[in-house]
Amino acid sequence: MKHTISVLVENHAGVLARVAGLFARRGFNIDSLAVGVTDDVNISRITIVADGSDYTLEQIEKQLNKLIDVIKVKTLAPENMVSRELILIKVSCSPKQRPEIISICELAHGKISDISANSITIEISDSTNALNNFEELLRPYGIKEIVRTGTIAIQKGEAAVSVRN
Amino acid sequence: MQRMTVAKAMTECLKAEGITDIFGYPGAAICPFYDELYKSGINHILVRHEVNAGHSASGYARITGKPAVCVATSGPGALNLITAIATAYMDSVPMIIITGQVNSDQIGRDVFQEADITGSAEPFVKHSYLLKRPEDTAEVFKKAFYIAGTGRRGPVLIDVPCDVQKAEIDFEYPESVDIRSYRPSSKGNGYQIKRAAVTILEAKKPLIIAGGGLFSGNAAELMRELSEKLDIPVISTLMGLGAMPTDNERYFGMLGMHGCESAKCAVNNCDTLILLGARLSDRTSAPIMLKKGLTVIHIDIDPAEIGKSVAANIPIVGDISIVLGQLLEQLNNTVSENAVPKHDEWKAMLSQSRVDKGIKQVEKGFVNPKWFIRELNNYLPNRSIVVADVGENQFWTALNIELKNGRFLTSGGMGTMGYSLPAAIGAKTAEPNAEVIAVCGDGSFQMEMPELATCVQHNIAVKVIVMRNKYLGMVREFQTNHYGNRLYAVSLDGSPSYTKIADSYGIENMLVDSKESAKEGIKRLTESNKPFLLEVAVPEMLETIL
Ligand SMILES: Cc1ncc(C[n+]2csc(CCOP(=O)(O)OP(=O)(O)O)c2C)c(N)n1
Ligand SMILES: [Mg+2]
Repeated sequence: MKHTISVLVENHAGVLARVAGLFARRGFNIDSLAVGVTDDVNISRITIVADGSDYTLEQIEKQLNKLIDVIKVKTLAPENMVSRELILIKVSCSPKQRPEIISICELAHGKISDISANSITIEISDSTNALNNFEELLRPYGIKEIVRTGTIAIQKGEAAVSVRN
Repeated sequence: MQRMTVAKAMTECLKAEGITDIFGYPGAAICPFYDELYKSGINHILVRHEVNAGHSASGYARITGKPAVCVATSGPGALNLITAIATAYMDSVPMIIITGQVNSDQIGRDVFQEADITGSAEPFVKHSYLLKRPEDTAEVFKKAFYIAGTGRRGPVLIDVPCDVQKAEIDFEYPESVDIRSYRPSSKGNGYQIKRAAVTILEAKKPLIIAGGGLFSGNAAELMRELSEKLDIPVISTLMGLGAMPTDNERYFGMLGMHGCESAKCAVNNCDTLILLGARLSDRTSAPIMLKKGLTVIHIDIDPAEIGKSVAANIPIVGDISIVLGQLLEQLNNTVSENAVPKHDEWKAMLSQSRVDKGIKQVEKGFVNPKWFIRELNNYLPNRSIVVADVGENQFWTALNIELKNGRFLTSGGMGTMGYSLPAAIGAKTAEPNAEVIAVCGDGSFQMEMPELATCVQHNIAVKVIVMRNKYLGMVREFQTNHYGNRLYAVSLDGSPSYTKIADSYGIENMLVDSKESAKEGIKRLTESNKPFLLEVAVPEMLETIL
């Protein structure tokens, strides 16, 4: 099962290595990992999508909590979160194909970020599943390159994963 | 606030933490610190290999209950410590490891004796610091000691570049620390304590498993009180050995792959299992077949241990001495004087499961190690500290040693050969008045032999018993039982005479090969107030469980 875990850490050198090392040596599988600073510059957030049983998830949470630089660990409930990933996708595109691709892009609420004579680059932020579907729609045109950020997620409603609560 | 070098500040930090002895081995990158150690009044014990600085600090810390310090230079020095760090980590031993590092502007360039020690040791430390900013010195040391010595104890590494050691700072040691991301819990959850109390009172066949956490948490006495008050039988893990005096009528031995029948019978038949500071590793739980409907109460300071090996019905996270205090109070409030449970039938059943195969006669010219350890018991004063190495010798000792308020130390989680002598050196340094004995095999002894010099140089009167069977016995036994007796790479042919080795260090010694000579040897060993080595001629092909 996939789990989305939001981890607040001290913004120290080496923290990411500790977190990644923990996953590697304990055999936890990471699907994606995204890091960024929070509103407090001393704190970073690592959003991890991990795969495993409930037992594994419990161990992941507990072992993460044991790392001294980890301030808070919260697994987000799938029905109660907004999760997004950003994709940049470059497809072969002759001038003739442009209108077709642009309309697919509009349907998917994507944005054209670059156009050249024979290629087009689109950016979309959406759930991982939606991005996968979109990728399939574009595949027939010839995908040249894909860059994805890894998932970030936030809880719905007023609840927040923050050091203030 | 005082102006001084970081190197001096480091010694001031150690003194502020009450450190009087440290174990180490110098090299260029740690020389600024050594130059200050020299002026500091701290007693530095020069080991003969860095790994033993780590093991000695481990033995020291396990006796004092407080973080002990070891130190090494950059590169090979630091790397030589890793096995000791991992050994301490597996057994939750509080330790501060100080390593020298190359100059900070050279880090990452593969300069002479550079090793990424914080990176290499990461899987085996509770935490680590690379001290890059001189002004962080005091805070880093304060935090390191706090982290190592609280919560689930463990090793904390501080890596200090050589140029940082020489830098000048304004120094003042902080009085307190607060780490927002590290707040180990102390009190147990009140609701779970109540549930535990009710469950324990209703149990027909309760059982306590005493783990090493009882020593880290200084709670062995409270455990004994709990056992006594409610007549609960106790068994022990390898790490918990000695928490219950071995001659207590409620004590039913050690659990584990090499444990005893009565302990196995107890776990397999109890209806309520009270796990106290025990993580039930694979080796410990090897013989267990937990019954359906069994209630498990698991008390541990580390939430990650609860539910890891066995599912817990009543999980209680907290400092074990505080939690046991809460539990005893709750039980006092709940139970009325005349309704105190008695478990005579349950104890009788367990008593019947005690098996003693007796002591087999061995060939002439040899001593039965089981007999030997039991004989040794007669000579050991109260509060003795026995350190067992790894191998058959470890279990001959663990299963037969009598512990009367004494301590038994061994490398449990890592099973690191060569632990006993350096750990004994640490224990003896911490507790100079205690009788401290290292029991090792001839294989393990050859890994730690150089530390005899440390004993002589620093006048550390550790007693060493070498169980000489001319084999890596435990592996030999494994090959016998599981690999068609194809003995390969387990003979220790070519080994020296251990008494002659002792002679060349000027250490008193004796070779014993009969009951009579063994008695004489034990007498001389325990009467001596200097280092002493006893070589015991043990038959070549004995089993672990005798
Ligand atoms: C550092 C290390 N290397 C290898 C082993 C594997 N090992 C476990 S027991 C053992 C044999 C120990 O031989 P000895 O010290 O003579 O003890 P005996 O079993 O003969 O009593 C070995 C090699 C180990 N535990 N630790
Ligand atoms: Mg041997």
